[in-house]
Amino acid sequence: MKDFNYHSAKDSKEASKLASSSSAFLAGGMTTIPSMKLGLATYKDLIDIKNIKKLSGIKVSGKSVTIGAATKHVEVSNSKDVKKAIPSLSSLAEGIGDPQVRNRGTIGGSIANNDPSADYPSACIALNATIHTNERKIEAAKFFKGMFETALKKGELIEAIEFQIPEKSSYQKHPNPASRYAIVGVYVAKHKGDVNVAVTGAKSCVYNDKDMSKALTGNFSSSSIDGMDLDSSEMNSDMHASADFRASLVVTQAKKAVDAC
Amino acid sequence: MGKISLEVNGRKVEKEAPDNTLLSTFLREHLQLTGTHIGCDTSQCGACVVHVDGNSLKSCTALAADINGSKVTTIEGLETNGKMHPMQEAFKKLHGLQCGFCTPGMVMSAVDLLQKNKKPSDAEIRDWLEGNICRCTGYQNIVAAVKEAATKM
Repeated sequence: MKDFNYHSAKDSKEASKLASSSSAFLAGGMTTIPSMKLGLATYKDLIDIKNIKKLSGIKVSGKSVTIGAATKHVEVSNSKDVKKAIPSLSSLAEGIGDPQVRNRGTIGGSIANNDPSADYPSACIALNATIHTNERKIEAAKFFKGMFETALKKGELIEAIEFQIPEKSSYQKHPNPASRYAIVGVYVAKHKGDVNVAVTGAKSCVYNDKDMSKALTGNFSSSSIDGMDLDSSEMNSDMHASADFRASLVVTQAKKAVDAC
Repeated sequence: MGKISLEVNGRKVEKEAPDNTLLSTFLREHLQLTGTHIGCDTSQCGACVVHVDGNSLKSCTALAADINGSKVTTIEGLETNGKMHPMQEAFKKLHGLQCGFCTPGMVMSAVDLLQKNKKPSDAEIRDWLEGNICRCTGYQNIVAAVKEAATKM
């Protein structure tokens, strides 16, 4: 790994002041460190944000669950408050990677990285999340821009993610047996008035499947999406799964999620 | 370059190390604690698992700088006065290892499991050891060893 300067920021202000075009924020490091070791990314400065107290913790209000960006997956999966308010969110956190990854990896890191197969972006879309940064609030639907690409500007730091508590929800993924990343993951959330069907792993970026959302908003039953023939032309095809298999998996996982709600 | 201050296996250590020093490198090359193994070096195999402030992590994917000030326990820190830890005893007794390369990480991960779940089921043990790979296909005996250790700890 190429050398860099390590900084531990005291607060968001210091973190964004240290940021430059050749820096990265370091949270759990579960992607940043392996990417740097493999030479896929190089930075002059790594700005550790884990020690900023304000960025950790979970708050539940009547309508929403707000999770600090540096909150670890294990904290979300163990939180009684999250389990009670949005059980599907705590089980999503429990299914990320392995225990050692969950002891380090953070929700903000996962979202900022926007891996096409990551779990948390689907939760943001399904649960109408608002991403709070040190500069503004961004709706999840406008946050995830493409493969590893988000609406974040250089030096902009995610501080918290606010999830809307749904009436019912479930996240079902078909994990890669080795990495536990989603080959396909579908997060179904029924809100008052509409249903979101957030899909991860299938395309280059998480998305809300409009056809399934419409069908389920009309009739919230797995039978209403049974046999739906999704367009696989933009779906990923790799050694783990072909595009057609992924298209079929999206429907299967969505049905499972609806049945589990 | 910065000063790394840690408590490793109950002993305070302070060393200068470049900022890009991984915890696994710091333990093996700066402290000569070579019980922590480096297998895949891509945070998949789990041979490098150690405990930091009581929780297991993969030391090949943590910077020494970023855990500065923490308490670290490695496989060398498990024994007491030359007596093996119950988890190590159980791995030995039930042949929970063949070549032994994955064993330090397996043991450290399993000890963390029993800290959090005193009586895990077979399924819970297998689920927890998700991030530890054994290529001698010794999982049956590893699970048996963790169950045995659970009765002794």
